[in-house]
Amino acid sequence: MMKTKKISKVDLIFEHIDPREILIKVHGMSSEEIIEEILESGLKGRGGAGFPTGMKWKFCSEEKEKTKYIVCNADEGEPGTFKDREILDRVAYKVYAGMAIAGKAVGAKTGIIYLRGEYKFLLPQLRMELDSFHKLLKETGYDFEIDFRLGSGAYICGEESALFESIEGKRGEPRNKPPYPTTAGLFGKPTTINNVETLVNSVIIMKYGSDRYKQMGTRYSTGAKVFSVSGDTPIPGIYELELGMSLFEFVKEFGDGDTKTVQVGGAAGFCVPRKLFANTVIGFEGVPTGGSMKLFNSSRSMYNVLHNYLEFFTEESCGQCTPCRVGCQQLLKGIESVKKGESQSTYLNELIKLADTMKIASKCGLGQSVGNAFKSIVENFREEIIY
Amino acid sequence: MKKNKMINLKINNQSVSVPEGSTILQAAQKLNIHIPTLCNHDDLCVAGNCRVCVVEQKGARVLVAACAQPVVEGMEILTNSLKVRNARKHVVELLLSEHRADCTKCYRNQNCELQTLANEYSFGDHIFLDLVGRHEQMIDYASCAIIKDDSKCIRCQRCVRTCSELQKVSAIAVSGKGADMKISTFHDRPISHVVCTNCGQCVNRCPTGALTEKNYIDYVWDAIYDTEKHVVVQTAPAVRVALGEDLGYDPGERVTGKMVTALKQLGFDSVLDTDFSADLTIMEEGTELLTRLKKVLVDKDKDTALPMTTSCSPGWIKFIEHKYPKMLPNVSTCKSPQQMFGELAKTYYAEKKGLNPENIVSVSIMPCTAKKFEANRPEMRDSGYKDVDYVLTTREFAIMIKQAGIDFRTLESSHYDSLMGDSSGAAVIFGATGGVMEAAIRTAYEIVTGKPVPFDNLNITPVRGMEGVKEASLKIEGCKKEWKFLEGVELKTAIAHGLTNANKVMDAVSKGKATYHFIEIMACPGGCIGGGGQPIPTNIDIRQKRIDAIYEEDMSLPIRKSHENPEIIQLYNDFLEKPNSHKAHELLHTHYVERVKY
Ligand SMILES: Cc1cc2nc3c(=O)[nH]c(=O)nc-3n(C[C@H](O)[C@H](O)[C@H](O)COP(=O)(O)O)c2cc1C
Ligand code: SF4
Ligand code: SF4
Ligand code: SF4
Ligand code: SF4
Ligand code: FES
Repeated sequence: MMKTKKISKVDLIFEHIDPREILIKVHGMSSEEIIEEILESGLKGRGGAGFPTGMKWKFCSEEKEKTKYIVCNADEGEPGTFKDREILDRVAYKVYAGMAIAGKAVGAKTGIIYLRGEYKFLLPQLRMELDSFHKLLKETGYDFEIDFRLGSGAYICGEESALFESIEGKRGEPRNKPPYPTTAGLFGKPTTINNVETLVNSVIIMKYGSDRYKQMGTRYSTGAKVFSVSGDTPIPGIYELELGMSLFEFVKEFGDGDTKTVQVGGAAGFCVPRKLFANTVIGFEGVPTGGSMKLFNSSRSMYNVLHNYLEFFTEESCGQCTPCRVGCQQLLKGIESVKKGESQSTYLNELIKLADTMKIASKCGLGQSVGNAFKSIVENFREEIIY
Repeated sequence: MKKNKMINLKINNQSVSVPEGSTILQAAQKLNIHIPTLCNHDDLCVAGNCRVCVVEQKGARVLVAACAQPVVEGMEILTNSLKVRNARKHVVELLLSEHRADCTKCYRNQNCELQTLANEYSFGDHIFLDLVGRHEQMIDYASCAIIKDDSKCIRCQRCVRTCSELQKVSAIAVSGKGADMKISTFHDRPISHVVCTNCGQCVNRCPTGALTEKNYIDYVWDAIYDTEKHVVVQTAPAVRVALGEDLGYDPGERVTGKMVTALKQLGFDSVLDTDFSADLTIMEEGTELLTRLKKVLVDKDKDTALPMTTSCSPGWIKFIEHKYPKMLPNVSTCKSPQQMFGELAKTYYAEKKGLNPENIVSVSIMPCTAKKFEANRPEMRDSGYKDVDYVLTTREFAIMIKQAGIDFRTLESSHYDSLMGDSSGAAVIFGATGGVMEAAIRTAYEIVTGKPVPFDNLNITPVRGMEGVKEASLKIEGCKKEWKFLEGVELKTAIAHGLTNANKVMDAVSKGKATYHFIEIMACPGGCIGGGGQPIPTNIDIRQKRIDAIYEEDMSLPIRKSHENPEIIQLYNDFLEKPNSHKAHELLHTHYVERVKY
């Protein structure tokens, strides 16, 4: 049995704080000091990829360009996830503060929030709050300005380089990497892009210090995380929990007593069956998640679940690269064909090989992650796919 | 970043050192290690979307695209590991699964990059389900120049990049996402109903049969075998230095004499030369330029537009009609050499030969797909007959030679037929960027000063070369009496090839930032030698070899100046009277129209 934490609810993200205090404190720090503090905290990106935030800021700060950007990724396209909306709705000023801190750390004067198109209704309120925040920035001596861009409704525009293309007025297609955003991001300038929640975490770290922050979570997954809990649970909703708990603990808290499996990390994540609950850590050392936790009980057909995910990817792939564009269609048609008995069940083995190719040959994280859900569902619920 | 810093890496355990900024693909090329590619094209920016070129980088979580991945010091790459082979085979199989692979009926059969890959990686395994039915099998036949068949498209976006990067037209773009992602036009209109210039640059870069020229081979055979018809054929300057490539020769081989023999063997009644009408264009256009200069400089006429631009490239003409219609008065009123030839075929030639123009079929062989559109323009029938009935590309012509079972290599050389078959070296160089300018200067300078241009061997080198936009000026000195107003005038010229470069020049001119007298514009990179109808592949090396061959051909000819072409002199004496005469205007000049912006 792995060492895991008990479930532990915290209230840091939505806790009200005085942004002025933090801004004044950070204003007195050098760029290096800020970055050091974030590095020390062990904070990893909350947008899905889990890249160490301090490193990202450090790379960006080392670039010599005069113009740099801070971009806040508020595209939140993962089905069943609504934590970034909740954060923006309740504590937008903490997001703004996180951007200003990042700006100071890397030497950027412009921040852009790429807001999911469907969240347009939040905009009037957000703008009002931003106005007063801009005043606060002036008063505390920051040379930083934030603006909004509305997303186009495509899931792929949440991928950082596609997001830049979209802001630049082009079609949202992921770019080749390298160059990475910290060298050549938005408009070809060094750019730090962070998820909404990551930015708020940076504010929390600045307030409480990295030492206290590190006490939460595990060695590789420090801090807490906001989870969107959905599916077969009596208590769906948004929860802020320390990282590092086992899925067993999680299901004990949120399950309905009949949980068959949990999809951790949404369509791009992994499906963990009951027999693995106890051995599965929720965090970067186990199964990482952007926040989506969907529970399924024994009444659910995993064929339908997988079919839905594959339909989603078949539609939401940007379509530029072969493994993902055609691969998604093949996986979808493939399980349909096996289900109907038109292909033999051994065809699933070919499809698993294809999923492996998609993981390593696709151009971006979308195509690379389709195989996660596909393999974990087919390998764990093979009979449900066939019969 | 320091320039010329060398990076050391290992590919398949062989060490190699390449300049910083190179890709893995370039490093592999240096070692003569072949990595297959599809979306990559030397003329275009990197896309990295087909994923056929993926290779294994030691220590990396995923495979990397060799065409897109910059080299890093100490990198270790495997191009043929099991992981790579499996992925590559999957990629090829996936492409084939959405591809309507009816190779034997396909225009690109045996010259198709997908087919080559399929031959190497797929052995009819059909690992995956057939998805072809999923996609619309819409084939756009509406254009007289270009056919677009989405069921053959592998979505590599070479065409899209060509149209936006090289041509600044963006007639085609990506639409839809996921399974519905495809190459589309504005509102999915037929390609004939959007800003497309018919330049065919996309056709030339398409790795498959998804974009092809509309072929007229069978129409031409029908005409040849119709005993009632007298079929005349003209060949553009750029064809003779490229045709060989489609018949097994290396790029840059001149095959003029054999080509003429082949045309005679195919059964054309008269084998004539577009070079003849290129010389004629110089007479007409040169005179027009001098007249415009006089009107502006001496008569202070405000209605005369300068700079004057050339008009021989129909892709360029359609471009300006769409994009800069206000500047149409700046375009020379001369028809292109193809159309001048066609017009004369049904008037002058018919008269001299005692033929009824109704029975003359005029065929042209062009390096160009836009010429097909031009031949069909309503403006191009001043004799009452269509100037040019059928336009064939260099590629179609090669197919006809093969169909006829001609062993091209063993052919003897022969000469063009007379009346419209003589030409000067000045006409030949029309095929290369800067050539029209050079030809025009050779003649205009001599008309004005009575002396040949002051350049070694008449080679006006400042207007030559592959630079996108070239500028050159020439001081005119020692003018004859009637041209005294030009004494001391610095004739300023610009030369642009590729429509992106044309756009740069026109943008500067329309904003008043550039003061030229004369501008040569060719729609295609490198000029006609790089035309959309030329053999596939065409790339920067091949373009250079064709250009070198063009200048060799020029040097090899006894007459190097258009005004010295004896058949041109005869034409004016017997038929047109003098350049820009009333008759010349009626037959050889035209005007263009404004077109839509999308
Ligand atoms: C298909 C796809 C969709 C993504 N969508 C989002 C998103 O909606 N929000 C987000 O923050 N990150 C998203 N990401 C991750 C971003 O590319 C990027 O890693 C992230 O914004 C970086 O921020 P972080 O380091 O703070 O996590 C997505 C990635 C992929 C491949
Ligand atoms: S993996 Fe999918 S989403 Fe990403 S670039 Fe390729 S086709 Fe587009
Ligand atoms: S495009 Fe290529 S692979 Fe496709 S049918 Fe034509 S020749 Fe065959
Ligand atoms: S039409 Fe040709 S060049 Fe364009 S995307 Fe399709 S296959 Fe590639
Ligand atoms: S023919 Fe030329 S203008 Fe037309 S789509 Fe192709 S590249 Fe663009
Ligand atoms: S050739 Fe490299 S991805 Fe297409």
